[in-house]
Amino acid sequence: MRTENTTPILEVRGLKVAYGGIQAVKGIDLQVREGELVSLIGANGAGKTTTLNTLAGVVPHNGGEIRYAGQDVGKLPSHLRLRKGLALVPEGRGIFTRLTVAENLQTGAYTRRDTDGIAADMEKVFTLLPRVKERLNQVAGTLSGGEQQMVAIGRALLSRPQVLLLDEPSMGLAPLVVEKIFEVIHSITREGMGVLLVEQNANLALEVSERAYVMEGGLVTLEGTGKALLDDPKVRSAYLGEEIDQGLAA
Amino acid sequence: METFLQQTLNGLVSGSIYALVALGYTMVYGILGLINFAHGELVMIGALVALQTVTALSGAFPGLHPVILLIAGVAVAVPVCMAVGYLIERIGYRRLRNAPRLAPLITAIGVSFLLQTLAMIIWGREFHVFPQLVSTTPMQPMDGVVVSPLQIFTIVVAFALMGGLMLLVNKSRLGRAMRATAENHRVAGLMGINANGVIAATFIIGSGLAALAGVLFASNYAIAHYAMGFTPGLKAFTAAVLGGIGNLPGAMVGGLVLGLVESFGAGYIEHLTFGFLNSSYQDIFAFMILGAVLIFRPSGLLGERVADRA
Repeated sequence: MRTENTTPILEVRGLKVAYGGIQAVKGIDLQVREGELVSLIGANGAGKTTTLNTLAGVVPHNGGEIRYAGQDVGKLPSHLRLRKGLALVPEGRGIFTRLTVAENLQTGAYTRRDTDGIAADMEKVFTLLPRVKERLNQVAGTLSGGEQQMVAIGRALLSRPQVLLLDEPSMGLAPLVVEKIFEVIHSITREGMGVLLVEQNANLALEVSERAYVMEGGLVTLEGTGKALLDDPKVRSAYLGEEIDQGLAA
Repeated sequence: METFLQQTLNGLVSGSIYALVALGYTMVYGILGLINFAHGELVMIGALVALQTVTALSGAFPGLHPVILLIAGVAVAVPVCMAVGYLIERIGYRRLRNAPRLAPLITAIGVSFLLQTLAMIIWGREFHVFPQLVSTTPMQPMDGVVVSPLQIFTIVVAFALMGGLMLLVNKSRLGRAMRATAENHRVAGLMGINANGVIAATFIIGSGLAALAGVLFASNYAIAHYAMGFTPGLKAFTAAVLGGIGNLPGAMVGGLVLGLVESFGAGYIEHLTFGFLNSSYQDIFAFMILGAVLIFRPSGLLGERVADRA
């Protein structure tokens, strides 16, 4: 369905964000199309999380434009952006630890009234993430990190977003769990959802992404297909730890 | 034994009123981390608005059935208090959402003075007799124990309201949104929940409960006055702290325990102090409890949401 000519569903132009007294994002452009997996990589403090939070409406911006489905959504509060179909799984997962897993999922569907559709989407989430189903009646705070991440993703999916912003879904998780979560992300995009992924694990992110942006000091310094960036020597040395490995090997 | 039963009954009556008011404190604390010291004034406004309504109605239509008067009084007092509670949050606290904690706290005390003074201007400084709308004719179910229909009514209404609130908070969509917002405003927003709306709803519900508590309180003491909200407000705050502030079942348990302690204290203080203190000292128990809880168990009887960590 998707062609390179499709107009992006999420389009950011010249985005600037001041956060905690510093200009954390200094004017970046990025696009996400339907069904596209795009990642945003870069070192700590490059402005990746701030960018995602700004796109979701958690942090205000002080320049540039955020267009979603052709509309300027830059002034909308986060709950109205979600209603339009722009969802964020925040850094640290943002699970409601005192609610049960089932209640967490239900808050994901908070804006929806189509009981049947919600039930169907619940089933989809259970197929995608069987572990979540096993834990339904458990208080979410008692889950492991990986299970919490799955709940966070499942919860976001229940709002039926068109674009999902994912902030460091692999953080602190065991490799096998990370693999599982990336599988899920991949199958989400196959259904036509656009995903913008912020990842510390640049190698993994670039391998699965169609396109990627590299952020450095609040600016996008490189962009291209995941493959191209994986092969880019600058990226390899800065974010994939290549030189260090070679140095040790030598 | 008769004294024991009698004091239990009396304690349940005042305790269930404290519990209703304590719920308002604890709900607001749970969602905003704010002690809304103006909450006690909503008890007063509820009582005085109900009294005004009842007086006006019975003046216009003499011979109206007391139950109808009561329903009318409540039907006016509850929405008025809900509106006042909403306005307090909207005008007073919302813009202080990100201010240091002391700012909304001081504002709350200021709002409390403001509401009291307004009430004094509207209703004067005198004590008003609150009419008996539910019979207070004592019944004697057993020797030495006296209970009035009003007392039974008070307990039944209060418990029904508490049960209804628990259902709302634990089972409804709004309740889930309230609990989600209480835990994390930001993430609640990411779920499409309008956190400001949920916070407003919390104030509105708590204020409605306070209005009903005010009517019950004024009915039981047959009196209404512009400063009547202060003492039950402070005691309900004590009850909320006793149960574990932020914890709804805690506020209910705390209210009932406080009512019982006061009642037993009042009943036995004369014996205990060999006649040195009499039952008019019953208020000291609430504050002894507050002091003791803050020293020995600041998280309250039920701790902060102990059940959720089980």
